[in-house]
Parts: sequence; structure tokens; C-alpha cells
Amino acid sequence: MDQFFFAAEVLANGLMTGVMYALVALGFVLIFKASGVFNYAQGVLALFAALTLVGIQQGQIPFAHLINAAFGTSLHHFGWTVPAVLAIALTAGVMVALAFLIEKLVLQHLVGQEPIILFMATIGLAYFLEGLGDVMWGADIKTLDVGLPQGISDSIEGATAEWFGYGFFIDRLDIWATVIAALLVAALVAFAQYTKQGRAMRAVADDHQAALSVGISLRFIWVMVWSIAGFVALVAGIMWGTKSGVQFSLSLIALKALPVLMLGGFTSIPGAIVGGLIIGVGEKLFEFFIGPMVGGATENWFAYVLALIFLVFRPQGLFGERIIERV
Amino acid sequence: MKTKLTAFVLAGMVTAAPALADLVVPNLSYRTGPYGANGTQYADGFNDYFTLLNERDGGIGGEIIQVPECETAYNTEKGVECYEATKDTGALVYNPLSTGITYQLIPKVGVDKKVLYTPGYGRTSAKNGKVFEWVFNAPANYWDGASVAIKYLLEENGGDLSGKKIALVYHNSAYGKEPIRTLEELAAKHGFELNAIPVEAPGQEQKSQWLQIRRDKPDYVLMWGWGVMNQVAIQEAANIRFPMENFIGIWWAGSEIDVGPAGAGADGYKSLTFNGVGMDYPLYDDLKTHVLDTGKASQGGEHVGSAVYSRGMYAAVVIAEAIRKAQELAGTAQINPEQLREGFENLEISTERLAEIGLPDFGPEIALSCSNHGGSGMARIQQWDASAKTWNLITEFTEPDNEVLDPLIAADSEAYAKEAGITPRECN
Amino acid sequence: MLYREAGDFKTTYRDDGQTFPIRLDRWGYYVTLAVAFGIIPFVINDYWASAVFVPFLIYAIAALGLNILTGYAGQVSLGTGGFMAVGAYAVYKLMTAFPDISIVIHILLAGGITAMVGVLFGLPSLRIKGFYLAVATLAAQFFLVWLFNKVPWFYNYSASGQITAPERTILGQAVTGPASTASAKYLICLVFVFALAWIARNLTRGTLGRKWMAIRDMDIAAEIIGVNPLTAKLSAFAVSSFFIGIAGALLFAVYLGAAEVGEAFGINKSFLVLFMVIIGGLGSIFGSFAGAAFMVMMPVFLKNVLVGSLGWPTDLAAHIELMIVGALIVMFLIVEPHGLARLWSLTKEKLRLWPFPH
Repeated sequence: MDQFFFAAEVLANGLMTGVMYALVALGFVLIFKASGVFNYAQGVLALFAALTLVGIQQGQIPFAHLINAAFGTSLHHFGWTVPAVLAIALTAGVMVALAFLIEKLVLQHLVGQEPIILFMATIGLAYFLEGLGDVMWGADIKTLDVGLPQGISDSIEGATAEWFGYGFFIDRLDIWATVIAALLVAALVAFAQYTKQGRAMRAVADDHQAALSVGISLRFIWVMVWSIAGFVALVAGIMWGTKSGVQFSLSLIALKALPVLMLGGFTSIPGAIVGGLIIGVGEKLFEFFIGPMVGGATENWFAYVLALIFLVFRPQGLFGERIIERV
Repeated sequence: MKTKLTAFVLAGMVTAAPALADLVVPNLSYRTGPYGANGTQYADGFNDYFTLLNERDGGIGGEIIQVPECETAYNTEKGVECYEATKDTGALVYNPLSTGITYQLIPKVGVDKKVLYTPGYGRTSAKNGKVFEWVFNAPANYWDGASVAIKYLLEENGGDLSGKKIALVYHNSAYGKEPIRTLEELAAKHGFELNAIPVEAPGQEQKSQWLQIRRDKPDYVLMWGWGVMNQVAIQEAANIRFPMENFIGIWWAGSEIDVGPAGAGADGYKSLTFNGVGMDYPLYDDLKTHVLDTGKASQGGEHVGSAVYSRGMYAAVVIAEAIRKAQELAGTAQINPEQLREGFENLEISTERLAEIGLPDFGPEIALSCSNHGGSGMARIQQWDASAKTWNLITEFTEPDNEVLDPLIAADSEAYAKEAGITPRECN
Repeated sequence: MLYREAGDFKTTYRDDGQTFPIRLDRWGYYVTLAVAFGIIPFVINDYWASAVFVPFLIYAIAALGLNILTGYAGQVSLGTGGFMAVGAYAVYKLMTAFPDISIVIHILLAGGITAMVGVLFGLPSLRIKGFYLAVATLAAQFFLVWLFNKVPWFYNYSASGQITAPERTILGQAVTGPASTASAKYLICLVFVFALAWIARNLTRGTLGRKWMAIRDMDIAAEIIGVNPLTAKLSAFAVSSFFIGIAGALLFAVYLGAAEVGEAFGINKSFLVLFMVIIGGLGSIFGSFAGAAFMVMMPVFLKNVLVGSLGWPTDLAAHIELMIVGALIVMFLIVEPHGLARLWSLTKEKLRLWPFPH
């Protein structure tokens, strides 16, 4: 019986982790759908957003290190702190500006290139942003606190202990992440369905040429999509950064999102969510029950193998658009 | 145009070498990449101590010490490049702060005749000076650390650990796997149950590991972590309400940045250390006058006094003392690596000497010899006080269980000697 | 004026089909070979070998291998690091198990073993295409790295899981281990590069290469004209993995001397080699070399300029280096998406008309 409860607990936690993965995967999907770009820089965008958020919040002077090295000054902070909500809004502004610059300086010049070229360009972009983030805000590990609670949820533990005689562990941060992710997806769907820009975005996703010919500005849509992806990255950055502090490794969560994408399909928002849940649950259960038998630390590869197995049966992912090829 | 470009490229490539002179101690540091935050502080401490010696005493024995820095990003290939770039500039000793780079340099330093000093990391069995002629890892290595931690737990439990459950959460790499063999031996000796739980690098996501710990309810958790793994592990431990005072990390999991993100949840977390922490040492007055106030501090002196900074400084202290000893033995201030090796083998840092340097009780006594390159292996425990944001030392320096460790070190170094075709030298 | 093909007549098909049909190119090739074999080994020192030449040659082999798979057969792979690890661990096991057999045979066998592993992980390519395949090859990457880390047999049960290459000699010269000289390391890599590049060139212009390219351009169409996708794709995986396995074996045994799988053969290696192929030029032998040279030398060059010449603090230099590398990659892709190889052929085109372009 205990085994059953453990399994249920792992399952619940896997679902929550899946939501965290899906948050990262969502950014990939948005950009891929609208521009056909497989944006490897999504993870670094999350890092960059989180760095900027902490920097603004704590009133750090950007490029302080560079300025100090160049002019022999010793600048650090402005000496003020910014409230979390305002800092988030300002960071979102920075992400929009970044989206604009990326479109202007990179994407615009790569229209119509092979997908792999675009993919490599985003890796180049990832390197650049990584360096930029470090130069701007320094390479320290920063503590990110926007007031999200962390730690075991007492009410759930208490309630489950009463019902089943076994208290479940659920992280309050995960609960928040789930709620926020749900709101985010609802907002995105509403945006895509009910606003003019949203409809234009879907039109571009369907067919670039046709969208252009009815007078939709591709550039505007791209800037918009990258801005939204930047915002999603900010949310993901906050969630992951709250847990581990903001540091370089945050960018590696992109690797956690790739199997999610594969499984869900590159073009489907529900796919990202469902894929995230399946991967989260699958890898946690596997690590928990099979892991100890094979020596553990299986999570990195198991997610990919799981996705691979799904792909063998559905080569376009669970929810991806059917790939139709004609000679 | 093309020739100009080629000329420019060539010019760029050969300008790496600093001028030949002085005492050269290259600092293979890493300030970028996944472990950059730790590497930065270590490198700062390392640099600052030599800057202090140069500024205050005019170097060691009248010779200025040069510390050319080379960025490795914790990457073995860049590490090799850094090593090759600096080795012909009169470099005396290397301290790469990376297990991977250390393993790569161990065979090379024997041929190139350079000293490799790896305090608290690298290859544990390098303690055996008969096999590893050029490598030194005093004051303590990972097996010492594992043993000291268990000894501490023995003391806590009145000398008896039988029937207790101890979990080891480790970085799934060469570094993290180091203590397993020792802990298995110790488990057999003391009758506790060991459960080793690996975390795949980088360690951003550890939920299943900590759910496992929550289910198994071990009495103690040991951690061999590095980088983001430390912060996440401490956070997750706090999340499952694991009693923090029963959670002990290795020295590389015991810095301010590791406990910072978990905030108040990290209060009571313990870690091993072989160097003192905090700023309560007379040396810092000198450091302030000669380095900080004159603006010569590495990176502006942001991290002075932090745990990892202190460790970098301690490494510099030991190297400086070895250089002093070598100068004394060789009778010349301008020493070469062979003489420095002699200096290391005859190195003695007593408590009095440490006090003289201005760092009383900062590290254990060190006395090295031809066969013992690892010192006494003593380490102590520090505990994090989240409200004051300081590490407090809670035990004295403790000796490891050499009865268990010595045969392990002998076995591992002999295996290496056999594989590499080295005949262990005689020591008298 | 200098570079021309006028007066360079061919009288047989054989002549016309040779690799360097223009006389000047042919001479350039011979001169390069003469310098590479005849001059560099005598002047090379440890720094140049370790920082530039040996990694360049080894990565050139890996890039050739990946170019066969991605550039010629059109199958995007991000499993390069994992396959290199197979080569490295295979050669380590062979070296320690059969110390009396020549290292050359071990390296070739390591390539063969990697080819078999490559075929195994190439099987999904029969169903999965494009980016889905790229991400699927990551499964190979992560699984292989985990496997070599986890199973003690692969690292001969050493305490930490590091593998260290023992000393092996060819004709009395140590090529692995700490005592090997710069020129010995350089020469063994050069010999392998020369032989493998020759094989790659001749494979890609023969039947097999044409089959690969047909699959790349459109696999359904290729199937209709009688190319068997099963054998074509799997042979591409096999040949490519053979090259990559040899590169991995050389990287571990000759260049690094000691390795830990997660560190030396991680995902970054896969990206690095893919970059070499893309920057160099997909589907080009010359491109593989150019890309490898670019990606190996640029960081070394930048570091030396920023830290050595300009005297910047190393961390700032490292961060800015990262920015420059990223920006250069993006710039390259914008200016010439077909890579350095295309740039080179454009230059030759211009040179042919120079100094009278009209």
C-alpha cells in the first residue's frame, strides 16, 4: 500500500515538474509556429530575463564591471531597490526591446533560409546573449525573490495525511507554477483567438505568403512573437530561478524542454503542455522505481528515449501537424 | 589583405607569453561557464594573496611573484591550452581547481617537471608521493573529507553509527564518485547503511532524488555537489523539511553562494572545510592597507572573506610557504620547479607559522614528506547561520581514519603506477 | 591572371574527373601536403601542437564525419559527442586489454565499433525526419554519456571513472601518453586526416555519395528512382560514425590523454562539430577543414588578443569572447549561409577574372 502512495506522490510531483518543463517548451512552440525558427536561445532568454529582473530589482548598474575595468571606477549599485511588480514590468519591456533588436539584426537578414541555418543562428544568438548577460550583470549567483512561496505545502500534507495516512509532499512553488502556467496558456489562447493581432499571428503560422498578401506585416508579427516568447522566458526564468538562484546553468533548462517538444510536436501549444506532463511523470517514475536498479541519474537520457519511442509511432509528435510530402 | 590578415592572426597567437623573469605562478581560473561563480571567488583569493606579498614584502625572498591568469571555463581542452601557453614562461606550479584538468595534467607534469598543487580536489591517491612525484594535495583530499564527516557523525552519536542510514547525494562525475569507495569501507566498519544517490549534471532538477530521501528517511545526508547542484539540493532539502543540521556537504558545497538562494531554509546546514572563514584574522588588516585600499584587489575585492575566497587564499598561502622553503633549501631566491618540489616535500606549516602570517588557526598543520604529499588530512565542520549570514566553525581540526584510508590510497596509486608503467620511487 | 584554367587541356575523362581539375589547385594541394608533412613536423612546438594543430586535425576528422551524415545525406545529428565517446572508450578498452597490438589497429577498430553503434542509433532515421531526428539523436548523446559514466567496466573500475591513456608507440616513437612529442602527435593525426579525407572525397563522388545526396534532396523521390533508403541512410550513419569514432579515439588518446565522459564528450561537443560543418559548408570536404580551423583557432586567437595583447581581465575577456563568437556565427550565417567553402569558391571565381572582371 505504501508503494502505491509513493507512486502517487511521485506522479503528482512529476506532473508539477512537467508544468515547469512545459513553461520552457511553450516559448519554443510560439516561435516555431510563427516563424519556423527552432529557437535554441529560449533557455538563454530565460536566463537573460531572470538576470535582468534581479538586476533591476536590486538596482544594479548594468555593465558596471566593464565600466570599472575601462575607467577604473568602482560602481556597483544605484542604491535603490525596485518593487517586484515594477521590476517584472520593466524586464518585460527589456524583453520586447530585445525581440525588436533580434528581428532587426538577425532574423530580417535570414528570411527564407534553410531551417538548420536559422537553428544555428539562434545558437549563435544564445552564445551572444550569454556573454551579454554576464557582462551586463556579472557572473555571480543571484538570489531571485519576487515573493513566491517555497517549501512543502502544509495544508496538502495535512489533508492527505488525514485521508490516506500518508502526507504527500507538494512544493508550494510548483503549485504556483501550475496556476501561473494555466493562466498564461489561457491568456495566450484568448489572445490568439479573440484579438486582431492574435488572428494575424495564426494566419502567419498557417502560411507566410498568404498572410503577406492580405497585408499582414510579417516583421510586426515576428517582433510580437519574440516578445511573447521573451515574456514566457521571463516567467520560466522566475520559476526556475527562484529555486536555484539565477546563474549560468539556468540556460541549460532548454535541454529539458527539447524532449517535451519532440513528444508534443513543435507546432502545438497543447502539445507542449501534454508533452511536458508525460515527460515529467515518465522520467520521475522511471528514476524513482527503475533508477536505483541501474545506478540512477537516468533523467537526462530517459526523457529523450521516451520521446523517441513516441516518435517512432508518430514521427511528427503527438499533436504536431502531419508531415505530408509530395514528389 | 589576406597576408595582412594572416600576419595579424599569427601576431595574435604568439603574444600569449609573459616576460621571462620573477617567480611565475599561473592561475588557471574559470570565471565563466556553469561553475564560474565559484571559480571567480577562488581566483580572487589566490590573486590577492600574491598581490599582498608583492606590495607589502616585495614578493618572496625579494623576488616578485607573477600570477598570469588564464581562463579555462572548467573545460579540459581550454585547460590544456592554458597549460601549454604558460609552461614555457618559467611557471613553477599549477592549481587548476578542476578534477578533469588535474587528471589531464598529472601525467604531463611528470614529464615537463612542473609542480601540481591540488588542495582539496583532484586525484586522491596523489597523496602517495612515491608514485605521484610532482603532485601535492595537502591539506586534505576527498577521502579524508568523507572520513572526517563520518567521524563527526560518530561523535554526535556517542561513537556508534550501527543501524543508522546515511545517504550520499553526489554529482554524477569523477569528482562526485570519489568518496563512494571510502564510504563503503567505512559503512562496513561502523555498520551504517549507505545509500548513494547520483544527480546528473548540472543538477537543475532533483525532485526524484529528494522524494527518495523523504521516503527512505536517512538519518544523515552527505553531499558531494558542485555548481547549481548545491543550491538546488539545499533548497530541496529545506523543502522536504529535512533537518538541516543532519545535512553535511563537502567543502566545495560549503560557500555563501550555495546556501544563499535557499534563504532562511538553509539555516543550520553544515559543511566540511579545511580553511578558516570570515574576516577575523590579522592578515585582513594588511590586505586592506596594501591591496583593497590601493585598488589593486582582483575584481575590486567584492568577495573578500567569503568561504571560497578564503580557500583560494589558503592555496596561495601554502604555495608561498613552499616557495619560501624552496628558496631556503636551494639558497637562491630564483628557484626552478625542481627546487620548488623539494620545497613542497619539506614543507612545514606549524600553528605558530600560521599565526605569524596573520592567519591563526586558519588551516591545519601541514608537514609533508617524500612519501606523504597529502598532509594530515585534517578538516573541520562549519555551520551556516542564515540570520547572520555567516559560517561558524563548530569543531576543531579532526584527523581522518587513516587506518581505512591508507590501504585504499596504496591500492589506487599502485593501480595507477601499474597502468602508467611507473616504478614507485624509494623514500627514506 | 595568376589563377586561370586557360591552356589546361584534358584529353581523357579520367583527367577531367579528377579532384583538382585546375592545375593551380593541384599544385596548391601538393604544396599544402608538402608543408604539412615535410616542414611543420620539424618546427612545431608543444603550444602550437596542443592549442592549434592537433585539435584542428582531430576536429577536421569529426567534421568530415558529420558532414557526410548531415551535408551529404541530409540527416541532422546532435549525437556527435556521444559517438566520439564511443570511439574514446573503445580505444581505451582495446589499448588496455591488448597492449601488444599496434595503436593504429586499435584506433581503426574503435572507429568500427562506433560505426556499429552509429547504425543502431541511425535506425530511427528511417521514420523520423528533420528536427525531430536532430532531437532524437540527442537521446544517443545523453544515453551514451550516462552509460560510460555508470558502467565501471568501461573505465576499468577506477575509483573516479576517469580514463587515462597509457603510453603506446609507433615505430619506436611515443604517440600517446605524456612522453609523446609534439611532432609525433601531430603526424599521427595528420596521417589519419589525410587518409580519411581521401576516403571521404572518393566515397562522396562515387555511387554511394550520389545515393546519399539523392536521399538528402528528397528521400521519397530517391526511393522512386531506385535508391534504397534503408541502406543509404544506414550506410551514411555507419561511415559518418566511423570517422567520428576515430576522431573521438584520437581526441582521447593522443590529444587529451585523460578524459571524463560528461566533461569531454558532452552536448557542447555535438554543437561544436555541427558548427564546424555549417560554418565550413554543408556537403563540402574543404568546408569541413575550413570550419574546423575556424572554430578551433578563433577562440584561441580572440583570447590571445584580448588578454595577451590588450591586457583585459580574463573574465571580461571570456565574456566578451563569447559575445564575439556568437556575433561572428550569426554574421557568417547572414553573409554566407553556405559557409566558408562557398566563400572560397566565390573568391576563386573572382580570381579567375582578375584583374579584368569584364
